[in-house]
Amino acid sequence: MEKNNETKSKITNTLKLLTKWEIQLVIIILILVIIGSNISPFFLDVKNQVRNSKNLIEIALMALPMTFIIITGNIDLSVANLLLMSAVVMAKLFENGIPMGWAFAGALLAGTLGGLLNGILVGIVRLPALVATLGTYTLFRGLGFSLLKDFTVKGFPDWFNFLGQGKFLDTDIPIQVVIFIFFAILFGLLLHRTTLGRYIYVIGQNEDACRYSGVPVDGVKILIFTLSGFMSALAGMILAARYASVDADIATGYELTVITAVVLGGVLTTGGTGTMPGVVLSLILLSEVRLLMNLLNTKGPIQQIAFGFLLIMAILVPRQIDRIRSKRRLKSLERKITETESTI
Amino acid sequence: MENRPAVIKTKNSGDTLINRFSTWRELGIVLVIFFLMIAITLRSPVFLTVANFEDILMAIALTVIVACGQMMTIIIRGIDLSVSSIIGLVAMMVGLFIRDKMDFPIGLTLIMGIGLGILFGAINGGLITLGKLPPLIATLATMSIYRGMVVVFSKGQWVDTYRIADNFLQLTRMPILGIRALIWYAMGVTVIIALMLKYSRLGRQIYALGSNPAAADIAGISKNKITFIVFLLSGTLAGFAGVLWGSRYGSVTNETGVGFELQTVAACVVGGVSVLGGSGNILGVVLGSWLLGIIGNALTISNINPFWRLTINGILIIFAVVFDTMIYRRLGKE
Repeated sequence: MEKNNETKSKITNTLKLLTKWEIQLVIIILILVIIGSNISPFFLDVKNQVRNSKNLIEIALMALPMTFIIITGNIDLSVANLLLMSAVVMAKLFENGIPMGWAFAGALLAGTLGGLLNGILVGIVRLPALVATLGTYTLFRGLGFSLLKDFTVKGFPDWFNFLGQGKFLDTDIPIQVVIFIFFAILFGLLLHRTTLGRYIYVIGQNEDACRYSGVPVDGVKILIFTLSGFMSALAGMILAARYASVDADIATGYELTVITAVVLGGVLTTGGTGTMPGVVLSLILLSEVRLLMNLLNTKGPIQQIAFGFLLIMAILVPRQIDRIRSKRRLKSLERKITETESTI
Repeated sequence: MENRPAVIKTKNSGDTLINRFSTWRELGIVLVIFFLMIAITLRSPVFLTVANFEDILMAIALTVIVACGQMMTIIIRGIDLSVSSIIGLVAMMVGLFIRDKMDFPIGLTLIMGIGLGILFGAINGGLITLGKLPPLIATLATMSIYRGMVVVFSKGQWVDTYRIADNFLQLTRMPILGIRALIWYAMGVTVIIALMLKYSRLGRQIYALGSNPAAADIAGISKNKITFIVFLLSGTLAGFAGVLWGSRYGSVTNETGVGFELQTVAACVVGGVSVLGGSGNILGVVLGSWLLGIIGNALTISNINPFWRLTINGILIIFAVVFDTMIYRRLGKE
């Protein structure tokens, strides 16, 4: 009898595990890989996979702090334009004869300051994040455009281009993938192992309660928006290095892909839920989808439509499963009640 | 209840004119507009001419039309990001259709646009109410899908002024009583939506749902029904604007309308529509659009380096929102 119970609880445990979004993402990725390898012989090719892995890194780097921001129930629409602004600051400094190292540092500083501005508007002026970052959205793109005009800056030193084109040590792994792994672990630890991470979750669940219980809500908001600014600047550097040039319309519309990635990773826009592994898995999924579609010669607009459907499905399917399950639970409860009633 | 305006936090400390004025929600933005208009006029006197004002109105008419729908979605605590793609898709479909069928009755293109808008809006509404998707996510997804469909549908063709029927272009450009048609459309839409929000049952239900969903539910207001209707209306207005867009600019490309969704959200936000839901009115949206319009116009007529326009635009939008919030909060605290 006891053994029976044990196996039963084991089964329910595995079932529970299966209902986790992260596990479902892994299953979806596996299915995609199986389909992909059947459709195209080049899909499982290591070189293709490695080459493809760097295409989404800029999005991925910005998705990490965006996860924090969306878990707190906020949103940052300005990331892509802040990326542009930072890249332009770097390009302008470089063009004016400042050593690349300083230009690089200046760009990171510009991005961080931009993020700080968002943080101040949200944390101190207490504008809703959507409103604040919508304003800075125009400002950052405007600044980038105003500074660079319609020129293109090229000719960066080799060590800089290495950031976007180089390989890690002797392996074939692109350098930016290593950078991403480093930051993904760092952000994952921050979210799941530190006080800051706990604060981020509780702010998302109940901001008022947080204020009353002494959680530095405004400070946390300023910090995560500043982090977002820094990561956007870093993503800008990698994008500039990958293209080996900067012009004033890079990264247009990236913010929506970033948000898509985070939401697909199981982070609800209502705040309070979501995990870093989920977001990383969703980034892997997006990257694989993109590779498969490129191999199938799918054109841009079809990919856009597919991404839209993916986003809808990502939320629709788990929710329907949840609904069916809770209905079933309700029915079994009802049955139990009628049984006990009849025995009485 | 019926007569109470959609303004929140009205105080009862006497009904003097000053008191009424100081609790007026639109005070902040009116002040911003007032000082800005003085500043612009001092720099370039051309600003204060009838012709220039008509230019500004033509420039903001489409924003106003779409922002009316956007405002309703924001009032019920949602957002509709797909309006830009609906505009692009409708403009492309209707534009290509009218390009190939020159003798098609022009008035019917508006009906076509509205019909398509209803369809796309209904898809949004369905996803949000039946699919239980958050509005931000649902419309983010359909924004991407509709934009992809523009390109699939156009197959690389585009619509340009030279190959399009002249009476289609006249749809927005012909003057009626000395004012161009597009401005009449915008005025018509604002009046209808304003009356609907203020006097119809649906309008009151929209505000009720936005300001307190739980109470609205208890009062027997169907959240799903209202939400569906609001997104349907937003899609409809975007579809209507899509046809007007084609007529106004005479050219439609795959990129038509890109970024317009944020423009309409900005018009609402600058106009004091709270993204927390429940408050905002058409007057605010019109004022918000007007503010964005005069900023754009001022930057053009006052010889500011074109490369700096977007930056100044951004700074002014942030300034307007911060100023408006500060004033509103100061008044609320008194």
